[in-house]
Amino acid sequence: MQPNLLLQSLRTLGAWAAALLLFFPLGWLFLTAFKTELQAIAVPPLFVFEPTLDNFAEVQRRSDYLLYARNSLITSLGSTVLGLLIAAPAAYSMAFFRTKRTRDILMWMLSTKMMPAVGALVPIYVLAQSAGMLDSLSALTIVFTLSNLPIMVWMLYTSYKDIPNEILEAARMDGASLWTEFRHVVLPLSVGGLASTGLLCLVLSWNEAFWALNLVSAKAGTLATLISQYSSPEGLFWAKLSAASLMAIAPIVVFGWFSQKQLVQGLTFGAVK
Amino acid sequence: MAYLELQNIQKSFGDAHIIRGVNLEIQKGEFIVFVGPSGCGKSTLLRLIAGLEPTTSGQLMLDGKDITNLASGKRDLAMVFQSYALYPHMSVADNMSFALKLAGVPKEEIRRKVAHAAEQLNLTQYLARTPKELSGGQRQRVAIGRAIVRAPKVFLFDEPLSNLDAALRGNTRVEIHKLHVALGATSIYVTHDQVEAMTLADRVVVLKDGVIEQVGTPMALYDRPVNRFVAQFIGMPSMNMVPAAAIPSFSSKTDGRLPADGFLGVRPEGLQVHPGHGAGVPGRVDLVEALGADTLIHVDVDGVPLIARQNERTPLRVGDDVGVELDPTVLHLFDRQGQALAV
Amino acid sequence: MNRLLPRLLMAPAVLTLLLWMIVPLAMTIYFSFVSYNLMQPGEHPFAGLENFHYFVTDPDFWPAVSNTLLLIGSVIVITVVGGVLLALLVNEPFPGRGIVRVLLISPFFVMPAVNALLWKHMMMNPIYGVLADLWRFFGATPVDWLTDVPLLSVIIMVAWQWLPFACLIFITSLQSLDREQMEAARMDGASAPQRFFYLTIPHLGRPMAVVIMIEMIFLLSVFAEIAITTNGGPGNESTNLTYMIFKQSLMNFDVGVASAGALFAVVLANIVAAFLIRIVGKNLD
Repeated sequence: MQPNLLLQSLRTLGAWAAALLLFFPLGWLFLTAFKTELQAIAVPPLFVFEPTLDNFAEVQRRSDYLLYARNSLITSLGSTVLGLLIAAPAAYSMAFFRTKRTRDILMWMLSTKMMPAVGALVPIYVLAQSAGMLDSLSALTIVFTLSNLPIMVWMLYTSYKDIPNEILEAARMDGASLWTEFRHVVLPLSVGGLASTGLLCLVLSWNEAFWALNLVSAKAGTLATLISQYSSPEGLFWAKLSAASLMAIAPIVVFGWFSQKQLVQGLTFGAVK
Repeated sequence: MAYLELQNIQKSFGDAHIIRGVNLEIQKGEFIVFVGPSGCGKSTLLRLIAGLEPTTSGQLMLDGKDITNLASGKRDLAMVFQSYALYPHMSVADNMSFALKLAGVPKEEIRRKVAHAAEQLNLTQYLARTPKELSGGQRQRVAIGRAIVRAPKVFLFDEPLSNLDAALRGNTRVEIHKLHVALGATSIYVTHDQVEAMTLADRVVVLKDGVIEQVGTPMALYDRPVNRFVAQFIGMPSMNMVPAAAIPSFSSKTDGRLPADGFLGVRPEGLQVHPGHGAGVPGRVDLVEALGADTLIHVDVDGVPLIARQNERTPLRVGDDVGVELDPTVLHLFDRQGQALAV
Repeated sequence: MNRLLPRLLMAPAVLTLLLWMIVPLAMTIYFSFVSYNLMQPGEHPFAGLENFHYFVTDPDFWPAVSNTLLLIGSVIVITVVGGVLLALLVNEPFPGRGIVRVLLISPFFVMPAVNALLWKHMMMNPIYGVLADLWRFFGATPVDWLTDVPLLSVIIMVAWQWLPFACLIFITSLQSLDREQMEAARMDGASAPQRFFYLTIPHLGRPMAVVIMIEMIFLLSVFAEIAITTNGGPGNESTNLTYMIFKQSLMNFDVGVASAGALFAVVLANIVAAFLIRIVGKNLD
């Protein structure tokens, strides 16, 4: 049918145009990473060129890049693991041993997430300073864990609740103790939820910028810190900057593609299905 | 001493008093059916027996032992859940061996028992599959198999057929019956479907509002209901219930035994409908339901709706004038409170 | 055992969050009432409402507030409107839909620091940036974004990052739109625009509210983009509340005043959060 075909083509065209437009800056970043510095600042901009891997090598060679990357990895993984260890039992308790207060506690946990970080900046900074923990990985990891804890509890809670109660009752009738129930039924069925919660936490910690810029610098700086140090216009750095940026964001962007659904659930606290 | 005894069981959820004093004795090998309208407490009662909920008061005795405060896993009972409750991440074989594994039974024995049960239920070729690869009826059989393998003291069934389509329901009902005959196991079966109750039970327990209305064999309940509720609950279509004053010529057939404020009960097969205004009380046809083997004729007699049942096809149509006759030998009399009066 | 176990399991989470919430808050409140500068060790004499007064009368204050409101408001409008339109566009199948979705949501996962640099150097640089090239292509003089329109630049950066978020939320929500309801409306004679206004928009009402509130909360704390690109300037043209507090605490080292400011931010966020909690709470069971 004619009108339908027209509408469909317009839609396809429009969608692709919007997507490409929105993605353009990232795409440009990607391209620039493979250019030489001169090509990077060429006017008019170059779309066709001979790609080179020099920039990546150069960035690799600078030891401080690896340090920052390592720190990002440590703090992200650390906060994810720590967070899961604390959140999983809490969520389990709230899902399976529900009381009248459970809902209020859950709501309260969510509300702590909504306080702006800036509200805690001064005290945390002062505390960290007096504990000698400024510019330390542990302080940053702890802060990340605490920031993400409410979301993790929430997401694990919903994934535990998805396990039908009757299956647990069946296990109980089959003679399972509480621990057996957990090990043989709850755990296998909640692995998916644990994984996606962990993934979300990883993404959030990796991208975290506020605390990373304020609590740490030379020794414990994460990639966010490193990138921010390039903020002064040293124009000839662009290709390398792009390469560095690309290396900083690539894994997370890919993770993000895979964790779309969890993202919606986690960041809207389940308010959108 | 009965095999399973419920002694004055009470159960409240907060302010809601769900089970209000249930006393019951079940003999070994009996197939007992709990039946009743929604909310009567039949599932709750089953779950109390299973130990999934604690009783508020009362005692449960199984084979001479007091199990009232025992954990469900230790009562030696097996339950078939309404939604089957299979372990989705385990194969059929693993589902059926889970309990035995937990009990420490040697692997070879487990394998044997599972194979035997699978054979009885026609599940042998599905042993390696997971629940999501099975149809509803197959899943249901796995749920039953899981219970059989344990050879428990009592089998508990919680409305196991309600999630199946009509044809499958009929077939599975027959299979459950045959299994019971083969295994001879004591079973308690909860359903809201009185056809299942009538066909499967050795004895039926009719529940209403947390209290037992009557216990007896299906035929005893059918022929001698103790009150209006049981009389109208058992039997499809329901027994016709006529207030004494509504159709005087019916009430007179009772030779004065029916009190003026009582009720007259007669089952559909106890009414005969004749075309025209010849014999019996005059009435008008409201609806004719021809089911093939039976025919149901809905008649309006002086504003009282009645249903009659007969084996023959009928030429009658809506609006026809008819005469309704009553077979006095199958009457049930009830007083004002609904209690049955001796005939 | 029955009561103890669940409490034990919850304890670590509850305790840590309790500390995380109370300790900073208590300290902030305390600091806001004393005179405390990190550069001046020694006593912290009680200062009454002096810090609040100082904060509010700071020449940066009202600009920061209005910038904050402008930033939050503009980004919300852009992302919600854009998000709905994009979500509607992508709602029906078409060739390459999967890829388009992936492209659309990517900006959200970019580190804010990289986001800032990306725009600062790649796009907005008046000589070498892509936007400059574009402007020249059309014969106009390139705009010096960060100097001439700093707040707008920040708005663009942040909106670019959050548009995918809104879009994703709306896409998810649209998928739960009842097809049968739409068909019933068609049979009732509703045209496409009518179906859009009477069915789709109300259905999106809840996710829109959620998006707006989540964004309000996160946008209040926009920091990296400003710190890395404009440093709040020129002057205070692109300073928001968060950046102002940061300046006070970590650049002027005046903890007292910064704390006073932080309390403002907390109160603001609390108000918004209260509404959000209500919506989320309704969905909980």
